[in-house]
Amino acid sequence: MRSLLLTAHSWGQSEMIFTIAYKELKVLFCSPLAWILLALIHLVLTWVFLGRLDAFLEIQPQLMQIANPPGITEIIITPVFAMAAIVLLMVTPLLTMRLVAEERRNHTWTLLISAPISITAIILGKFLALMVFFLVVICLILALCVSLLAGGTLDFGLLLSGAVGLFLLAACYAALGLYVSSLTAQPVIAAIGALGILLGFWIIDLIAGDIDGWIHYFSLLKHFEQFNYGLIDTLSMAYFILFVFTFLVLTIRRVDNERLRA
Amino acid sequence: MTETAQTASITLSVQNLSRCYGNQTVVHDVNLQLMQGEVLGLLGPNGAGKTTTMQMLTGNLAPSAGCIKVCGVDLFEKPRDAKAHLGYLPEIPPLYQEMTVDEFLRFVAKLHQLDSQKIPAALDSAKQRCGLQARGGHLINTLSKGYQQRVGIAQAIIHNPDIIILDEPTVGLDPNQIREIRELIRELGTSSSVILSTHILSEVESVCDRVNIMHHGHLVLDETLAGLKEKDKSLDTIFAQLTVNSA
Repeated sequence: MRSLLLTAHSWGQSEMIFTIAYKELKVLFCSPLAWILLALIHLVLTWVFLGRLDAFLEIQPQLMQIANPPGITEIIITPVFAMAAIVLLMVTPLLTMRLVAEERRNHTWTLLISAPISITAIILGKFLALMVFFLVVICLILALCVSLLAGGTLDFGLLLSGAVGLFLLAACYAALGLYVSSLTAQPVIAAIGALGILLGFWIIDLIAGDIDGWIHYFSLLKHFEQFNYGLIDTLSMAYFILFVFTFLVLTIRRVDNERLRA
Repeated sequence: MTETAQTASITLSVQNLSRCYGNQTVVHDVNLQLMQGEVLGLLGPNGAGKTTTMQMLTGNLAPSAGCIKVCGVDLFEKPRDAKAHLGYLPEIPPLYQEMTVDEFLRFVAKLHQLDSQKIPAALDSAKQRCGLQARGGHLINTLSKGYQQRVGIAQAIIHNPDIIILDEPTVGLDPNQIREIRELIRELGTSSSVILSTHILSEVESVCDRVNIMHHGHLVLDETLAGLKEKDKSLDTIFAQLTVNSA
């Protein structure tokens, strides 16, 4: 614990974070996995996007008669982002499973531990690499949405708030997946474990929809909904950031303690 | 380089190192000292605690008790400063199979915080010393076991560490490769300290200056090869005496 977060501030170590992140991205984009996932994510999202676009064109005459009609951002983009939240929930375990578990299985973990680099830097580097990947995903989704400018105007505030929400949500998924990956040496187990826990969070969301109680506060997707409705809520933001922080610290502690255990 | 080797200074000092797994003590009160420019052979039967000791020396495993100083830096107080002096080849070489040899070695050099200007030179020299010049662009998973082992060694020496720790470096190599690797170890021993674990006695005789024998987690012999020769004892008989009788 002593060498935990404070030491990562020194310049050498923050440079190490980028070295690790660069390596992770290189390995990720060398394999077909990243490309297949990018393609699949966009296949699903474009399908939802086109479906909503059709629906919008159908109801457009009725909308004209309402005094203050919802715009294309609410009708088309909000559902796309909501779908993206679910798709990322499914995809993240596939991306996080390798991060620590595969290094263990391939015995490359020793290389990282023997090098003059703190465990904090290793974990943050891996987390950063995932966030870069998610940033690419979100930029592509934004590009999809911006294409609507060809036929109308967009509410950029709402779009931005949704994108920020999706980014924070993805960060939560990534931190959780990273932690599960650090628990095992089997990537497949890491993937199934992370998927199971994330599905659990989804179920919490479904339950939270029925009853209005404390459980509401634990639902990742409920907090994301706030962002997706254009409401940047401090509570939701704090929840996301605490969630990420907690799981990153747990991962670092778990990996650090490994050397001590029998 | 050879002048500095003669003014021998202690590069690695290990005191009362122990490691328990549950109730079982795997490494028991080991003391080690390594001089600059010395090749130390760590011998022992299977399960004697050689690998565990090496894992502790490289910070992969925390000891239950004891103190490790690398070039005067305590491994537990300043792990990163201490690890900068170490190069480690574990039993199974830690290689990213999907990278090319150049990519991998460049990554390792960056991990060891070499200046980006110095990296190309370090890369060339490591490849040249390990006979990998023609393999720079090859993917690691297309290389044979012997070449992968060489990449493993290149990885351990690219940053010119003061102490090089090699865990069974010649396992799985053909006789020619074994000879080449032994020559390389000899050469490394002129500028750095090398610890070499093995259970091949002839390997120790051909490359090491000093030999330590471990048995059941205890260090049962610490003798220079010259000293052994003086006493007119062969390593073979001593090894058998120390590790068979007490078993």
